[in-house]
Amino acid sequence: MDRDPAPGRPGSNLAELTVTELSRALKRTVEDQFGYVRVRGEVSQPKRHGSGHVYLRLKDETAVIESVCWRGSVSRLSVQPEEGMEVICTGKLTTYPGRSQYQLVIETMELAGEGALLKLLEERKRRLAAEGLFEASRKRPLPFLPEVIGVITSPTGAVIRDILHRLADRFPRHVLLWPVAVQGETAAAQVAAAIKGFNGIAPGGRVPRPDLIIVARGGGSLEDLMAFNEEIVVRAAAASEIPLISAVGHETDTTLIDFASDRRAPTPTAAAEMAVPVRAELIALVMDCQRRQHAATGRMILERRNWVDGFARGLGDPQALLEDSVRRLDDRVERMGIAVAGVLERRRTRVAEQGAKLRHPREVMTLADGRLRSEARALGAALRQVVAAEQGRLGRLTPRLTLLPIRIKVGDGERRLGELGERMDAGFSRLLGERETRLKSGAALLESFSYRGILERGFALVTDDAERRITSAADAKPGLPVTLEFQDGKVDAVVGGGGLVRKAETAPRQPKKADATAKQDPAKQGLLF
Amino acid sequence: MMAEPAIPPDVAALSFEDALGELERIVRQLEEGRAKLDDAISSYERGTSLRRHCEAKLREAQAKVDRITVAADGSIGAEPARIE
Repeated sequence: MDRDPAPGRPGSNLAELTVTELSRALKRTVEDQFGYVRVRGEVSQPKRHGSGHVYLRLKDETAVIESVCWRGSVSRLSVQPEEGMEVICTGKLTTYPGRSQYQLVIETMELAGEGALLKLLEERKRRLAAEGLFEASRKRPLPFLPEVIGVITSPTGAVIRDILHRLADRFPRHVLLWPVAVQGETAAAQVAAAIKGFNGIAPGGRVPRPDLIIVARGGGSLEDLMAFNEEIVVRAAAASEIPLISAVGHETDTTLIDFASDRRAPTPTAAAEMAVPVRAELIALVMDCQRRQHAATGRMILERRNWVDGFARGLGDPQALLEDSVRRLDDRVERMGIAVAGVLERRRTRVAEQGAKLRHPREVMTLADGRLRSEARALGAALRQVVAAEQGRLGRLTPRLTLLPIRIKVGDGERRLGELGERMDAGFSRLLGERETRLKSGAALLESFSYRGILERGFALVTDDAERRITSAADAKPGLPVTLEFQDGKVDAVVGGGGLVRKAETAPRQPKKADATAKQDPAKQGLLF
Repeated sequence: MMAEPAIPPDVAALSFEDALGELERIVRQLEEGRAKLDDAISSYERGTSLRRHCEAKLREAQAKVDRITVAADGSIGAEPARIE
């Protein structure tokens, strides 16, 4: 049967391909064109197959590429793919004709770093903040003591246990656990639904409406915590009518729900601490209030009783008060009468006194006249008395003006002069006598030291006629008249001429002989020369 | 021994925090001692009610953990949960 080549069926002249042929053509084109590519994207839903191959999807904001990493390549990957991880992969594209699919066969994979994801989150945060979702004015205060606490977290794991334990320690409460997945594709939707669900509970219903919500999750990587960065969760938290505490990850982790929640707790345990006060402390506080209330009221009543008593005492007996006043009035009246009479009497007396002192003018004048006269008399008498006194003094001084005192002084001087003269003479004589005596004794002493002593021992002193001592043989010139002085007297002699001069040492031993020889043996004497 | 009078409904409706706050205010007022005696006595009575209300709230401290269940029609229920 011929085909109908009617117009209105364009393309009929195209070659007709079988599905297989087309698929093969596509495969060839794709594999030729994209035999080696490098692509960046976020890992989504990685699944490790029993065969050892890993299937995953690479995605960005608008597109998804199915990917596979064969077992042989998996073991060589530098990082193992995880949900949400930003990666750069190399490999080739291929198609899967049996399912009309194409996929990336990954050969290498490297981490693109958190930069891209963080940038995305930062952008999301800015956008939500611009809407006012994070405004401080939106934050509601947490109830002081919530009766019912709604907890949104995983029903298994440490988080719910930590919260329940800490609540039990501080103040056991009724907890409603809303179990959710805290990670994975559905986590964000579940968390958001739970927040809305708690808010949807009407008060007084079969299930109590919580007074407080805690959204909690344990620590993890940025990717693990991604559910709490999702816009749907952030918006649900911001819209919650019930105050909400977020406690996601560790202290250093911050997710976007933390900005929308009313309080951010660093850990699930810390969230429980924020949620309830410590019961024991409150019991102590209430007891203290009770004690203070009793004490204050008791003190107040006692104080008022004391006031009443005090005032009662202060009031006193009115009759007594009146009597006292009457008595004081009477006293004043009496004292006033006496006082008036006394004043009048004193005035009268003074008038009488002053009247008695008054004198007649004539009497006053006579009195004044008398006083004037007597003053005049007294003045004359006084003048005369002064003159007489001065005359008397002059008379007494005149005779004392004589030479007698001078004469007495002269006589006295003469007498003292004579006396001093005598004393001077006597002193002088005494002084003189004394000097004489000392001279004599000095002479005697001198005598004892004189040559006379020597003469006594047999020596003679030779002097010339001028009484000069001859001490040298050279001076004893022949014919010189000399005097020989012995101890008992002097003998005149003449030095003989031509005599021998004997040895000097013998001379003093036998002076007489020498002298005699000198006289008698001039020849010998002459030998001297 | 006489039974304590019932807590007035307006006090019973107060949250613990409000009741404690008012009790502390009353105590401070009484301690200042400047109130009129009649006012002081009524304050004392109210303070006593507040204190008993606070004590009652503190006594209701029982740990109870329920797990939310969501039925197919979206209605919410709760059943006791056992968390190890």
